[in-house]
Parts: sequence; structure tokens; C-alpha cells
Amino acid sequence: METVQLICIGCPMGCPMTVTLENGVVTSVTGNTCKRGDIYARKEVTAPTRIVTSTVRVTGSQTGAVTVPCKTKTDLPKGDIFRCMRALTGVTAKAPVHIGDVLAANIAGTGVDIVATKDVL
Amino acid sequence: MKHDLIILGGGPAGLAAAIAAYDAGLKDILIVERDKELGGILNQCIHNGFGLHTFSEELTGPEYAARFIEGVKAREIPYLLNTMALHVSRDKMVTLINRTDGIQTVEAKAIIFAMGCRERSRGALNIPGYRPAGIYSAGTAQRLVNIEGFLPGREVVILGSGDIGLIMARRLTLEGAKVKVVAELMPYSGGLKRNIVQCLDDYGIPLKLSHTVVDIRGKKRVEGVTIAAVDANNRPIPGTEEDYTCDTLLLSCGLIPENELSREMGVAINPVTNGPTVNESLETSIPGVFAAGNVLHVHDLVDFVSEEAAAAGRAAAAYVRQGDAKRHEIPVRFEGGVRYTVPSTIDPSFVQDAVTVRFRVGSVMKNRIVSVWMDGERAQKKRRQIMAPGEMEEIKLTRAQFDAHPALSELLIRIEEA
Repeated sequence: METVQLICIGCPMGCPMTVTLENGVVTSVTGNTCKRGDIYARKEVTAPTRIVTSTVRVTGSQTGAVTVPCKTKTDLPKGDIFRCMRALTGVTAKAPVHIGDVLAANIAGTGVDIVATKDVL
Repeated sequence: MKHDLIILGGGPAGLAAAIAAYDAGLKDILIVERDKELGGILNQCIHNGFGLHTFSEELTGPEYAARFIEGVKAREIPYLLNTMALHVSRDKMVTLINRTDGIQTVEAKAIIFAMGCRERSRGALNIPGYRPAGIYSAGTAQRLVNIEGFLPGREVVILGSGDIGLIMARRLTLEGAKVKVVAELMPYSGGLKRNIVQCLDDYGIPLKLSHTVVDIRGKKRVEGVTIAAVDANNRPIPGTEEDYTCDTLLLSCGLIPENELSREMGVAINPVTNGPTVNESLETSIPGVFAAGNVLHVHDLVDFVSEEAAAAGRAAAAYVRQGDAKRHEIPVRFEGGVRYTVPSTIDPSFVQDAVTVRFRVGSVMKNRIVSVWMDGERAQKKRRQIMAPGEMEEIKLTRAQFDAHPALSELLIRIEEA
């Protein structure tokens, strides 16, 4: 049996929750005040993911921009965040870039694409 | 030159106000922006979490801005970039300056203030110690990293747990810096819970509540800071000092609405919000001059800035159509821990379907009821499990409620024990 302490992010209450797992399966969530806490806790302890946002260098911008903001197109497992960030240091985009353009496919072998979040002309 | 409506500021508030004013039938609009592009601070807020309320999806700051910039461009609303407003006179003459046109004065029938806010600086915080390089406001560091492409330091201490400070703790960590601690003077964080968990807890960055920086060391460059616990009166407690070596100190200690132009014009300012006092139409003490967004009061979520600014845009359009009107405004009184309300007065005859009253509480409160009393009668109540200073509250007063009290003379918002 394993227990994990979490703070719910659903609302400003910030309920301190305790999740109990048995062989990786959630057996109980306590401390939450509402259903949202339960849903968040189960996802957070079994498969925590995050959207990663960052910037990459851009060359050839007419407006003089040196960076273009970007994000992972979908959630990334939490454990892959730093691997993704390291891989991003080697990525350079070429202007013009448009929102949604893929700047790096399958970043660091995670299966997730990096897309631009701003038009850079 | 003359325009029906001049909007000062091309950030989220200015963009939403312009679109709403245009859609309400006002076509002769000019947006004035001092930066080289529209979008305001959203351009450097590259993290996600914007637009959950407006678009039901999580956008990054630039993506959220782009939706409104597209809206302005699709309507062909004119805007000036790289242009500063130097002065706004009482009779709505706006003095502008830029490199191509020099100084020009433009007349407006209505004006919307949408200049946003700025960060509280070290000078305003009275932190003792030397004045070396390496002390930045969190927003400056954010601009350096996200737009200019520089990392401002390697070992960082952050004072203040406002949202920008929390976001920057994560951002600098991801870029390879070591964020050693976030110190917060108050016994609670001023940031959103989501940011504390996802920006600090995710990366094991400690948050020290009721702590502040009492010394900054280093002559040329920051070499370290001393942090101490504070007592109930926010005074450092001797003997609790802890030294941290670092090359950078970020300050995320609050935002101040940028109202130099408004003050100079003679607009009445609310001492609690540092923004103009406004009526239900978000109109300031000068008829035809409106305010919305962070220049009015500092918001936590841009979605509410857009919503508020759209209301100001519609009100400005109505003002241009109808001109000065006779008003009978009722003050919005408040009790029980409310620090301020926006608006501060309401003329019920100007309320269309509903008016949103936004407010903040002064301390963390659990299990309360927000009541609206009209002429001594409870018109509505809303149960709140928790309210915190860092999260703006709102309550909607409907047309029907005003209709039920046709001779309304007293309006009170009160927080009561549940």
C-alpha cells in the first residue's frame, strides 16, 4: 500500500488530499470536498501530464523577433518535461512562422509535436 | 483629427473594448498602443491557462491575444503602434507622440482607458542592502526570457508569490536555473492555487509564507539575500534570518494600475484599487471616459478583463450615440470583509440585462454567504465555500432585481456567516 499527499487545484479551497494506491491502482481518495478533487487526484497519481510551454530561437524575422513561443501540442507525461526542454534548445525556427506550425515533430521521442503559439513574420 | 472613440492601450482590455464598441455600431475607433505590436502583456505570457472561461480551452497568452487581434483586424479597426499618449485633457483632447508623426492632438467623443498596470518596484518595497545588478521585477525577467531570449540568472530567489513570480519560478527552472525559494510576506499566497501546485510543488521549490527579504548582498552583482520570518505586524523576527546565495532576486510583489494619464485628466481614483472609480457602465467621474482591465483594478484572469472591457466598449458606444445623460447613481456599499467593489456606483436605469459587480475580500474566509441587500431586503445570496484575497469574486445584479425595487436608494453587498 502506498499513500500520496496532494493539494487539489480545482478551486481556491486547495483541499489537502490523501490518495491510497494498491499495486498502482487507486483504492481511496480522502480529504477532498467535492467530486473535482477526486477526479484530479486519480489522474494526478496514476498518469500526471502537463502541457509544456517554452520558446525557441527564430531566424529571419522581419519584425526583429529572436524567439517564437511554442507548446507541446498535447499533454506530456510529467517525467518527460526536462527531456523535452533539453531537446528544445537545439530547435531553431525560420520566419515566417504561424500559430499551429509544427516546429519540431516528435520532440525527444515523446511522440508529441512542438507547435508555435504566435505568428512571427 | 477626430474620432468617436479613442482606446488607450492595445492589450487584452483595449482589444476587447474595440471589438465590442464596433459590434455595438461604433465604427470610428482608434486604438493607441505604445509597444511595437498589439497584445500587451499577453505577448510575454507564453504559459497556458488563458481562455478557459471565454473559449472553453486552455490557450497560451499569445494565442489568446491572437484571437482578439484577428477580431480587430477583421473589423479593420485602425490602431497606432509605437505610440505614446502623453496627455489627455479634460475636454478629451488626446496628445500622442511617435517617431513618424511627431506630436499630434486627436479629439475624441469618448475615451476608454485600457493602459493596464505595472509592477511594484524595489524602491517601493524598502528592501535594505546594496543596489547590485541582478534584481528584477518578475515581469521584466519574463520579458527577458520569453521575448529577448536571455536568462537573467542561474541561482534565483523570488520575493512575493504573485502569479507572475510563480510562473517565472517554473519558467526559470525549465530553462536550467535553480530557484531556491519563494518568500511571501503574507500568511497566504497572492497567486492562484493552480500556479502554486504546478509551478512550485511540481519542481520542489519551497514557498515560505510570512517571510521577507531583509538584506541583499553583493556590490556589482547580487551574491545573496537574507530571508527572515515576520510577525503578525509584518516585522522581521530577529534570529530567524536565513542566508541564501544567489545571483538573482525577482520581485513579484503586486501590481499597480497605471493611472498617470487618468489622474492628470482629473479622474477620481479609488484609493483601494488605485484605479478610477466607475459606475455601472465602467464610466469614470468624467462623463464619456471609461476604464477597463488592469488599469481599473488588477485581475487574476484575462477572461474577466476581456468581459469587463467588452462592457466598457458597449457603454462607450452608447455614450457616443446618446451623449451626456442625467444620472441618478446609488453607491454600492459593502461590509463583512469586502475590500472594494467595481463598480462603486450604479444607476439602475443604465443596467440592461445585468451588471457584474467584481470585488475582493481582505482575508481568507471559509463557508460564507455573499448577500445583496436592496433597501434593507435581501435580493440575492450566494454561498461561497472559500474566498481568498488572491481570487476576485463577482456577483451579478439582474434587471429583474432592480425592477423589483423601483425606488432603490440603498444597495449593500455583505459577506455573512453561513
